[in-house]
Amino acid sequence: MINRIVVGAHYGLKDWIVQRATAVVMAFYSVFIVTIFLTLRPSDFDVWRSVFANGAVKFFTFLFALSLFYHAWIGVRDLWMDYVKPVSVRLTLHALTILALTGYTAWIAAILWRL
Amino acid sequence: MSALRIRKRPKYLDLFSIMFSLPMPGLLSIFHRVSGVGLFLALAPLIWLFGASVTSPESFECFARVTAHPIAKLSFAGLIWAFLHHFCAGIRFLFIDLDVGVDLAAARRSAAIVFVASLTLTALICWRILL
Repeated sequence: MINRIVVGAHYGLKDWIVQRATAVVMAFYSVFIVTIFLTLRPSDFDVWRSVFANGAVKFFTFLFALSLFYHAWIGVRDLWMDYVKPVSVRLTLHALTILALTGYTAWIAAILWRL
Repeated sequence: MSALRIRKRPKYLDLFSIMFSLPMPGLLSIFHRVSGVGLFLALAPLIWLFGASVTSPESFECFARVTAHPIAKLSFAGLIWAFLHHFCAGIRFLFIDLDVGVDLAAARRSAAIVFVASLTLTALICWRILL
């Protein structure tokens, strides 16, 4: 592996690491939530709701959502950078992506903390 | 002088011809991107469905009705594949980042494993929860 400086101005390296760190968080959460589903086998509304009303599940679900949105931001931004050349269009798409993901963050927080 | 002339880099950007002649790790990579885009586009409907499923018995009824529709089931089958491919291929990329399985033979083998694993899991999960 090439030895690059991890501390400092970062440039692309910070996002590269965030992409992987958020992936690891999501992988662990996926195993965690699937284990809960397979254990409790929620089949009606009350049990299903109580899974996510649990404080720990709520907390980890929100962490999962934050990781997902940050991960999606880097992925989609790379997509715009690869395929959209005009700066004005690219900047607009960047802004719309950030706005959508920020909105989703508030949305998921509202859903979880109403429980 | 002529020996020193820098060769022009070959430029071959016909996307579809490239796609159909890709070796398995390349195919895995492009599907990693395609599945990521699909999952991103599905975020809003998925958050809406999740909200409906946990908010109230009435909204749960609505959730159950929507997800029972054949079009919804078909979309879910696609999304389950997208998630599992992205998941398995992502774990493969993490190992490659750690310098595990970098040589060509290993990379081709792990790419094949990802395709088999994600498609098998997709079939299994669709059979268990969608049928």
